[in-house]
Amino acid sequence: MSEKMREYVEKDADENSYYVCPDPDLYEDLLEGLVENQERYGYPSCPCRQASGLKTYDADIICPCEYRDADVDEFGMCYCGLFVSEEVSEEPDKLEPIPERRPPEILEAAMDAEEEPELEEGEDIPVWRCKVCGYLAAREGPPPICPICKAKADRFERFNFSTG
Amino acid sequence: MDAIKKVEGDKKDHEVKLFALSTCGWCKKTKKLLADMDVEYECIDFDKLDSDEKKEMREELKEHNPSLSFPTIIVDDDCVIIGFKKDEIKEALEG
Repeated sequence: MSEKMREYVEKDADENSYYVCPDPDLYEDLLEGLVENQERYGYPSCPCRQASGLKTYDADIICPCEYRDADVDEFGMCYCGLFVSEEVSEEPDKLEPIPERRPPEILEAAMDAEEEPELEEGEDIPVWRCKVCGYLAAREGPPPICPICKAKADRFERFNFSTG
Repeated sequence: MDAIKKVEGDKKDHEVKLFALSTCGWCKKTKKLLADMDVEYECIDFDKLDSDEKKEMREELKEHNPSLSFPTIIVDDDCVIIGFKKDEIKEALEG
């Protein structure tokens, strides 16, 4: 299981030009944490964040999380340190705790939720449009951070397909 | 393993509480540092709590750290260290 997780992580790092955690002990612990979350929740949510166990509410922290790009950009590493920049991969001493970018309101809403939100039959998942760069995302709510231009959730609007 | 447990240590000068996640690598580093320093502390593995305990502990954690992130170390109920900040932890506990 852990080997499969390693493959998953290393493939993703490779495809996105990131590097994996340069601290071997931390790397192993994070992989184990991902495996544990995969087993208890059914998806590999971030080992360093509290998950609710409801996939819709945890979607933004399923590894690789939606905050990774912004965090590697700003700090050279994602929140847990699983993915790092080339610079940090060469200088592991630069690996240190970074602030949590995920808004606490999202975590609190996830922890308050008791079941998955129900979608009525025939109801479509809404599409959200980033007003800054035009990125589109089909999901329950707007992404907390635009993965393309890093604009915050409040810069998203519900996108309406009908133009007529 | 209990979600809330007292970890024995010879250094008992401060009341130390650690909010952690059992899966978190940085929390593991924090636990190891406290063990190496031989500090006695109360360890709360938040993800292992049942839902009632989670509600209660969440309020307590929020008072000290509104971002509800882990690890959070609380020393003598007033000094709060968020994240594995080795030097800050040492300073708070050795001073």
